[in-house]
Amino acid sequence: MLKLIFHRLLLSIPLLFAVTFLTFFLNSFAPTDIARTILGTDGTAEQYNALRAELGLDKPLVVQYGAWVGKVLQGDLGQSYFTKESVAGLLNGRIGVTVSIMAGVLVVLVVVGVTLGVLSAIKGGWLGKLLDMLSLFGLIFPSFFVALVYIMVFAVWLKWLPATGYTPFASDPAAWAFSLVLPIFSVATYTTSVVAKQTRDAMNDVMGRDFIRSLRASGIPEASVIFKHGLRNAALPVVTVLGGVMVAALAGAVFVERVFVLPGLGSLAVGAADQADVALMLGCTLYFALMSVVINLVVDLSYGWLNPKVRME
Amino acid sequence: MSATVPSPNAAATPAAAHKPDSYKPVSYAARLFKKPLALVAIAWLILVVICAVFAKQLSSFDPLDQELLDVKQLPSALHWLGTDVLGRDVLSRLMHGAGPTLIGVLQAIGIAAALGVLVGVSAGYFRGRWDKWVAQYVNLLQAMPFIVTALAVLMVFGRSMMSAMITFGVLASSGMIRVIRSVTLGVREELYIEAARISGLSDAAIIVRHVLPRIAGPIIVQLSLFSAAAITVQTGLSFLGLGVVPPNPTWGTMIADASAGINDFPWLLVPSGLAVALTILAFGLLGDALRDTAVETWARAVTKNAGAAITLDPNAATVDGDVVLAVRHVTIKALNNPAMRPLVNNVSFELKAGETLGIVGESGSGKTLTSLSLLGLLPPGTEVVSGEAVVKGQRIALSDEAALRALRGKTIGMIFQEPMAALDPCFTVGHHLTEVLRAHADLSRSEATAQALELLKQVQILDPEDIMGRYPHQISGGMAQRVGIAKALALKPSILLADEPTTALDVTVQAEILELIRSISQSHHMAVVLVTHDWGVVADICDRALVLYQGVMQETANVVDLFHNPQHEYTKALLRANPHNAKVGEPLATIQNAMLTTTSGEKMAVAA
Repeated sequence: MLKLIFHRLLLSIPLLFAVTFLTFFLNSFAPTDIARTILGTDGTAEQYNALRAELGLDKPLVVQYGAWVGKVLQGDLGQSYFTKESVAGLLNGRIGVTVSIMAGVLVVLVVVGVTLGVLSAIKGGWLGKLLDMLSLFGLIFPSFFVALVYIMVFAVWLKWLPATGYTPFASDPAAWAFSLVLPIFSVATYTTSVVAKQTRDAMNDVMGRDFIRSLRASGIPEASVIFKHGLRNAALPVVTVLGGVMVAALAGAVFVERVFVLPGLGSLAVGAADQADVALMLGCTLYFALMSVVINLVVDLSYGWLNPKVRME
Repeated sequence: MSATVPSPNAAATPAAAHKPDSYKPVSYAARLFKKPLALVAIAWLILVVICAVFAKQLSSFDPLDQELLDVKQLPSALHWLGTDVLGRDVLSRLMHGAGPTLIGVLQAIGIAAALGVLVGVSAGYFRGRWDKWVAQYVNLLQAMPFIVTALAVLMVFGRSMMSAMITFGVLASSGMIRVIRSVTLGVREELYIEAARISGLSDAAIIVRHVLPRIAGPIIVQLSLFSAAAITVQTGLSFLGLGVVPPNPTWGTMIADASAGINDFPWLLVPSGLAVALTILAFGLLGDALRDTAVETWARAVTKNAGAAITLDPNAATVDGDVVLAVRHVTIKALNNPAMRPLVNNVSFELKAGETLGIVGESGSGKTLTSLSLLGLLPPGTEVVSGEAVVKGQRIALSDEAALRALRGKTIGMIFQEPMAALDPCFTVGHHLTEVLRAHADLSRSEATAQALELLKQVQILDPEDIMGRYPHQISGGMAQRVGIAKALALKPSILLADEPTTALDVTVQAEILELIRSISQSHHMAVVLVTHDWGVVADICDRALVLYQGVMQETANVVDLFHNPQHEYTKALLRANPHNAKVGEPLATIQNAMLTTTSGEKMAVAA
């Protein structure tokens, strides 16, 4: 098991390099000159060259990347080109919001998605049709549009929840939770139906297998046949989909943070892209890649936990 | 199911009453156009394309013209979809916004299709090291959070939506590559590809002429579904204000404009939102329709068990005191084809304690269905239409699921053909046994474990403590069948159903398992129903045998009588076909076109 974790961690390293180097590499093609942008039009040639040297822009791309990686390993992500704040500080101050949203989405996916999937597998009929309708709804309306509809219904008309804004957990836990409900459900609307459909298919597949018949033949109560044996065996494909869906949900979080004006990593990254703040963007890329690594690692670990064959090897 | 394949000389045979629906090949496009949803989707997409191309000619307003006296208008004869917060005509903006969206989709599709076909086909066709590298690459792409890379691209290339859509195409091509690779792999294994290779065609020629046409279907389906995702991305990025040049309209910026006025003019969300949603829906529906058209066969869908109630015949004879199981008039039908002859037709038998009855027949004779019907475990698509069982004096209609369920494990134990598949791979042997024990009696964990160990000893497992802790994949097939028998014995049932318990096992193990079943049935004084196609097994452990052919009882007799003096033509033929009697150098006896008379008096030909 430990070997499995180690192996997976090793495999995730290329991903981190690939994502960050890609950003570096793309940046070398930039038609806009970042030093010129920062200085504005009235900077002198000396100032310009000094700034380029300061930012390391006069060195070859690979050297720049190596220097960046070296600093990152020491915990230094550099400074924002514009605000001069520490990138690591900015990111750490905002990651909590994004992680909260993602955690909430995961809970909704597991609780609502899996329950709906199991129910529609065993009950079929109208519930299955309802699930199809819901997933159609989720599929055709992008998360940012769903977010607007939720704001209109639950904040503007019903006034149950705040429309936008974020309250830190430390200052008011209840207000914190309320400020996250709509963002979480906006991201989860589509993804839940994906998980529910996968759960339904996996359950239908498992319930048709021989061992289910043999459990029934030994008089095991139907509830345990379904929820213990059925769900346990259906869990593997469901977890695979959960992993993919969570990586996709990162994109949803970016859009939704923007709609709800939440101070998370997504809105930070959008701002960095808008301003061409390369240092900040690199930090964002690294953090998003790390979150994706964590999601994939958790998926792999649950494989080991769920499947005795993997666990034993 | 050879009966459902239209034979090349079908025209020569006279039309039969049960002839399957005649099958005329209909072109793919014709079948696609028969689906109303596909037609609507195609029509909508054509409409969007026309609007995008001829936006200037078709719209009566300039999309940028601000009529500050006419802001926030609801739909009217003049402004069909109203006006926005700056008094611009919404319909005109929608039509002008369609262009950028469609162009973005085309850019993403183009790159994803090119990469998908090139990389996917080559990986699937050439395999080897290249395939392994591609697999790694695909894994990498799939773990990559697309959105930050897109943001990075937009940061670098300023307001270029094209660069973002191409990035999306590259990153999202991973799914396309995976699908195309796997379909190519399937096509590559086909014989005609091998034949083309042997006949000296170059790889390039084989791919272009033989592989690509075969995989075009799945590629088109993928592209259609991919388009839906691309629209979400395009509108999403322009919603964020990235990659667009205001004030030119795009669907994404229109939704962003609407969100600014969400408090006092929510109507604005409707046209832009619906345009996006309907276009995504159209691509999605088209993709589904394309896929359904490709995979649909003329086979009917399997229907669920309807479970019509069977009423017990009040005049039925009672059974003798020592009969443990009497089965009467079991008829089982396939639900999806009511006109077909029954799968099991009016089968009856009786069984005394300690007696072993063999149900013998070839594959498809209905022997397994008969045994499953006694526990209410018929597979979906089949249904008991008549029949009752008298179990230890209690009369039960075979449609009475609750009563049959109560028998399971306690009164009737069952062992299965595939011992390994009959065990849940996620749980240990010990868990399987204790679960059965604890489901029926109030036992503590340790009491159940002690009883489980005892059961494993009964089925002659030498190191039960070790086996208890093992998972199904860690034991052999023979061992798994012993566990299956232990499970069936757990609740001390008086009847044991054994469905081909030795078929899936090695020959040496077969004998051990049969011996085990025999000794247990004697020591427990159990009645055993043994389903088999093997006369050797019947001769070994059965007292009586029942011969089934196409669901109809041919003969039931003492095993000794049956072997020495078979009454029925089919039994004779089946006995002759016993491969154990084959002699070296002589052809194997098979059942061929023997004209048989069934109990219902109908003549039928027996196919080999």
